Amino acid sequence: MSALWTLVDLSARQGRKTVVEDATFSVKPGELVGVIGPNGAGKTSLLRAGLGLLPLLRGEARLSGQAVTSLASTARARLVGYLPQERRVAWNVPARMVAALGATDLPEAEADAVAVERLARVGAGDLVDRGVLDMSGGERAKVLLARLLATRAPLLVADEPVAGLDPDAQLLTLDLLRGEVARGAGVVVTLHDLGLAARCCDRIVVVSKGRAVADAPPREALSRGVLADVFSLDGELIETAAGPVLAARRVS
Amino acid sequence: MRLTRLCKLMLAVLTLAAGLAVALGETSFSLAQYAEAVMRPMSPPGEVLWMIRAPRVAVAVLVGMALGMAGATMQGLLRNPLADPGVLGVSAVSGLGAAFAISAGLAVLPGAIELSALAGALIAGAIVVGVAARFREPEALILFGVALSAFGGALTALVFNLSRSPVATAEMLAWLMGSVENRDAMDALRALVPMALGAALCLRAGAGLRMLTLGEEAARMSGLPMARLRVYAVAGSALLTGAAVAASGVIGFVGLAAPHLVRSLVKDDPRRILWPSALAGALLVVLADLAARMIPTEQELKLGVVTALFGAPAFALLAWRASRSWRS
Repeated sequence: MSALWTLVDLSARQGRKTVVEDATFSVKPGELVGVIGPNGAGKTSLLRAGLGLLPLLRGEARLSGQAVTSLASTARARLVGYLPQERRVAWNVPARMVAALGATDLPEAEADAVAVERLARVGAGDLVDRGVLDMSGGERAKVLLARLLATRAPLLVADEPVAGLDPDAQLLTLDLLRGEVARGAGVVVTLHDLGLAARCCDRIVVVSKGRAVADAPPREALSRGVLADVFSLDGELIETAAGPVLAARRVS
Repeated sequence: MRLTRLCKLMLAVLTLAAGLAVALGETSFSLAQYAEAVMRPMSPPGEVLWMIRAPRVAVAVLVGMALGMAGATMQGLLRNPLADPGVLGVSAVSGLGAAFAISAGLAVLPGAIELSALAGALIAGAIVVGVAARFREPEALILFGVALSAFGGALTALVFNLSRSPVATAEMLAWLMGSVENRDAMDALRALVPMALGAALCLRAGAGLRMLTLGEEAARMSGLPMARLRVYAVAGSALLTGAAVAASGVIGFVGLAAPHLVRSLVKDDPRRILWPSALAGALLVVLADLAARMIPTEQELKLGVVTALFGAPAFALLAWRASRSWRS
């Protein structure tokens, strides 16, 4: 099966600083890939570079086989939907309008219909006409997730989609993204909760100092060595009935 | 409320206000004189209504529409409820352009003041957007706008300082205080061309303004040609501001206040707000000009003075409300 997103020896800079170095990984349809790493490791930069939002120094990034740098913005939007880390919404617009911003390729009435359907899918069906600034953080996150789903793109990239959410909302978000995977999409998420990443992701890419230092199924990617070297943690994944959980303490 | 219905309603209110502004003024007429003015446009009351007041009201409507739409566009573009051509220094630099043209004796060349004001507005607009791309915090942008406005004001003061002609100085002063006094139909027509172009550009940018609700990154990945739409928004709002300054001088706070008057009626939508903001701006300027004429003072109040007197407290109120949302 051909890859939806391929990064090959990708290096990128932000300002004068090199923030991504020789990163290589790919995402296929039907895969949920977690990108993890400590704060400042370069997770967001890696996603942004791979999407053509940062100037590339070396290597290449491809979306469905096409170099991201050569894609027009409309063509790129058809291939990938992106939920950025920034969650600030500037105006108190209704949820249905925010969600409809994911479907700018459709006429307004059709985009609205898609928006209302996606809002219902994420459990925000009763919020369609409410202003997003009148919502709680969790409700707003659902609306932004609905906007991502409304893109109907084969690849969905979400930067910290569960940040600031309670455990139930975190699991709901990842369940919804798994639902997209079941529909054949490829999904990439950055996460801070290593246990959650181990339970929900098919594969994990570990980022450290701008480099992708591991790319493997969760058990392998979150080995004792990686936990110690990258996260300064002494611990391991323990199997439970609900899936693997992380037991760890700081390396003193 | 549906956009067309809202616009029709606002247009009706604006027509009523414009009619009132044509009917009322320093010289009061009897019913018989109003009838004479309607029946015989070239009669003395007819001349007052149609040759003096009507062009003045027409320019007030155009200037208000331009400032209202420019304010709404800047607020959408910068994602900032406190953005407006005056607060961000665009009006001041545009005024500087006009003052420079007057001081340099270019007023005799048709369109020279207008072009100079437009050039000032375009330069300031480009600077503001460049700064907005670098500093995302609303407070930083407002402070930069204050600095740009002060710098534009300082350079204008320098032009005054070095001006050798008292006539030019008086003309510049009148310009900077903002007024639609003694405007004729040609003034309205001259303003119409850049304003129509500016409005067309702002309306074309509407989809981009709406998308910017979610921030720069989401907008860049949306599939919309954001770079082009951003240029439309900057060029459009600068053209509108420059044309307004060229037609009436510097009139502050209309661009700031007009979008806030209609924001809740369009559910905050940065695209749908453009036309209602233009109509609200026109209503504000027509009413402010009527107030400037009707408030009994020894010398007629300048329009820019009236809008500033009401606009500054409104700005303080908006800043207070906005600062609460920045903290949350």
